Amino acid sequence: MISSVLPNFKVVRDKDRCIQCGVCERQCSNNVHHKDDVLGVITAEDSRCVCCQRCVVMCPTNALHIERYPQVNRANANWTHDLVQGVYREAETGGVLLTSMGNPEPYPVYWDHLLLNASQVTNPSIDPLREPMETRVILGRKPAHIEVNEREGKLITKLPPQLVLDFPIMFGAMSYGAISLNAQKTLAMAARELGTMFNTGEGGLHRDLEEYADNAIVQVASGRFGVDAHYLNTARMIEIKIGQGAKPGIGGHLPGEKVTEDVSRTRMIPEGTDAISPAPHHDIYSIEDLRQLITSLKEATRYTKPISVKIAAVHNIAAIASGVARAGADVIVVDGFRGGTGAAPLRIRDNVGIPIELALASVDQRLRDESIRSEVSVIAAGSIRSSADVVRAIALGADAVYIGTAALLAMGCHLCKSCSAGTCNWGIATTRTDLSKRLNPEIQTEHVVNLIHAWGHEIEEMIGGMGINSIDSLRGNRLMLRGVGLNEKELSILGVKHAGE
Amino acid sequence: MRIPSGCAISAIMDRSGARHSGADILKSITLMHDRSNGLGGGFAAYGIYPDYANLYAFHLFFEDQEAKHATEEYLGHHYIVEVSERIPTTKSHKVNDGPITWRYFARPRPGVLEMEELSEDEFTMRCVTHINMSIEGAFVSSSGKNMGAFKGVGYPEDIGEFYHIADYQAWLWTAHGRFPTNTPGWWGGAHPFTLLDWSVVHNGEISSYDANRRWVEQFGYECTLMTDTEVITYLFDHLVRHEGLSQEMAAHVMTAPMWDEIDRMPPERRELEYALRAVYSSALVNGPFSIIVGSSKGMLALNDRLKLRSLMAADKDDIVYLASEESAIRVICPDCKNIRPIGGGEPFFVGLYPDVDVLGGAR
Repeated sequence: MISSVLPNFKVVRDKDRCIQCGVCERQCSNNVHHKDDVLGVITAEDSRCVCCQRCVVMCPTNALHIERYPQVNRANANWTHDLVQGVYREAETGGVLLTSMGNPEPYPVYWDHLLLNASQVTNPSIDPLREPMETRVILGRKPAHIEVNEREGKLITKLPPQLVLDFPIMFGAMSYGAISLNAQKTLAMAARELGTMFNTGEGGLHRDLEEYADNAIVQVASGRFGVDAHYLNTARMIEIKIGQGAKPGIGGHLPGEKVTEDVSRTRMIPEGTDAISPAPHHDIYSIEDLRQLITSLKEATRYTKPISVKIAAVHNIAAIASGVARAGADVIVVDGFRGGTGAAPLRIRDNVGIPIELALASVDQRLRDESIRSEVSVIAAGSIRSSADVVRAIALGADAVYIGTAALLAMGCHLCKSCSAGTCNWGIATTRTDLSKRLNPEIQTEHVVNLIHAWGHEIEEMIGGMGINSIDSLRGNRLMLRGVGLNEKELSILGVKHAGE
Repeated sequence: MRIPSGCAISAIMDRSGARHSGADILKSITLMHDRSNGLGGGFAAYGIYPDYANLYAFHLFFEDQEAKHATEEYLGHHYIVEVSERIPTTKSHKVNDGPITWRYFARPRPGVLEMEELSEDEFTMRCVTHINMSIEGAFVSSSGKNMGAFKGVGYPEDIGEFYHIADYQAWLWTAHGRFPTNTPGWWGGAHPFTLLDWSVVHNGEISSYDANRRWVEQFGYECTLMTDTEVITYLFDHLVRHEGLSQEMAAHVMTAPMWDEIDRMPPERRELEYALRAVYSSALVNGPFSIIVGSSKGMLALNDRLKLRSLMAADKDDIVYLASEESAIRVICPDCKNIRPIGGGEPFFVGLYPDVDVLGGAR
């Protein structure tokens, strides 16, 4: 069939450099490269290339690079290249366009319009090399009031279970199946080394990772994959996943090809079947039902673990978050519309939900207006790209953040947005053992740990510059932010002043 | 607009409850002239109104007669006002453009109080907030019992003369000389900042301001002045009056021990410190500050936990002195004892002797 779908990329091979070793062919799970021993040439099928750059990195003579496919067309400001191509692809297949990773569309990134403060003269900046600097945060429900026996130095009101993190950064939910066991193990090992948490996502907890239970958040999603009493108790926190920023309003989708024997055992579903979680939880049709599930999970774990509820940032997020807090959630996770995913319908990912910055700001303010902000913890997720974003999120009101994409990049991801294909050449988003063995958990753990250490140092430098020596004094401290290039409405929702004010 | 400022602070307290004139505190704060810049000075004095010890003493600033009428109408609805009089002042070429200064001694109207179902203090706090927020041109500069704040725009020594500070007798005096780094020139913005019988004088600029403000505003406070002192006062008031902590414990929460230190504590203490930091994390005050909090119970001195501002203490017999500079103590008490700095994050509370009752009718 003649196809009007154009390749996205073009593989360029420098013939003078190529020694025809065939590494590119062996490394590419998308079968882009083909070495013809008879003709003595290596050719490339551009249409299969996803620009994961595995061949570029592995080529011993640097003979390869990838370019954007040069073909021009009559795309215009209204009918863009991607829209035209999307119509061709849907017309040829009749299927929903599937994609991966976070929303790439040019919506405003509010992080990039928020600048940080620093001290000058009237208030000394604090030097983290010479002064103590605290990045520890404690997540979980806090009583509105505690009784203490001051004379004996004793606590009378006991606190509900809490999570203690050495950095305000955790690894967001990425399920086994969506990512490889080695990738999940990397996150688990890094979380243990860093004193933070990884999140199993909705795909159950593989038995090899049970030893990381003290650093695990286990998820209960609408599909209930892998959920039993043992699973719930092999964790520090349980997270009810209502929604995900990349695909608000729909459930998870793991293609049957990724459901190997091991995945099937972990998820407790038949091998080779699509793991499609329902759009809603069919036992949660309203807020009072959520309270029941929260209570059930607390009962099942004898009130030893905080329960978090993850919701996608949608239009009415502030009221929803308030309801979730009142339904008994100890921790609320707000996931913005730029959050990543292993697989999502393209039109949903690119068009549904709202930015985390605005959602976070209004959730935090709403909870304060209702005087309940101090009783619950708020985690921001959905494209936290750097330590500066972490600082901004906390200053807007988050207790901590989840990162996903940044952690995957640290372990080798090249952001090719093809996770759903299951052929990840970097061994991350695949369940093929020949590919996942390319990811060495020991080596990649070091990279992930390095990343968080680097961010930790940067956070210390930034808040030290503000004259702050504890992350506690950054939380909700919006005067440490100033907007640039934002209109009055945006400033008012974010609760920040414009630069120069 | 937020108002950062540097400053001088000083305090004198007689633990026996014996009262002394304002001459000494005036001398002490005057010595630190260079720590102020003429944009604010003030004093808080405890025990000055023994004849009205059980009435709320409201000190008011009015920009015009209209504000005064509106305030008096409001007060009349909510309080039985027993005395209404001008606060004696003498204008000089240094202090001459101030507002009308007036004071009222009053008690809540029983009927109104019952209807509101609030404690007298909570009722009074809300009334003060209402006047400050809603009556144009009126500002309550203090609202405690048997105490008062005397403050304005000028150098503290000139403000002291203006209010005839030396004519009042108090068992606790605090003073403030202000060095704001912008120029609001507003009398209400001068220190001490007060709420009920709290008065706070403060030197420093806190970097946790908005975190503290947004936390405490959940509990019915409105930070209208945008000054650090205001938010510190509310933190104190909330932790002590609503949360039931002692003043030392409230101060301890605001300058919590480092996690490193907590991790090394014995289990029981560690559990307590963990809970305090977890529950009151947003009450942690960061950035350089030294404060003196006055109340009918005594005075409390506190430095930030990195000790980024100077604050000295000394004593002689029943009298305890505090000041930003040692010289400001020595100038009034050359033979004082135990001169020492207040440690970072180590609350220093000076209480009245146990048998002294300054509110229930001090003589």
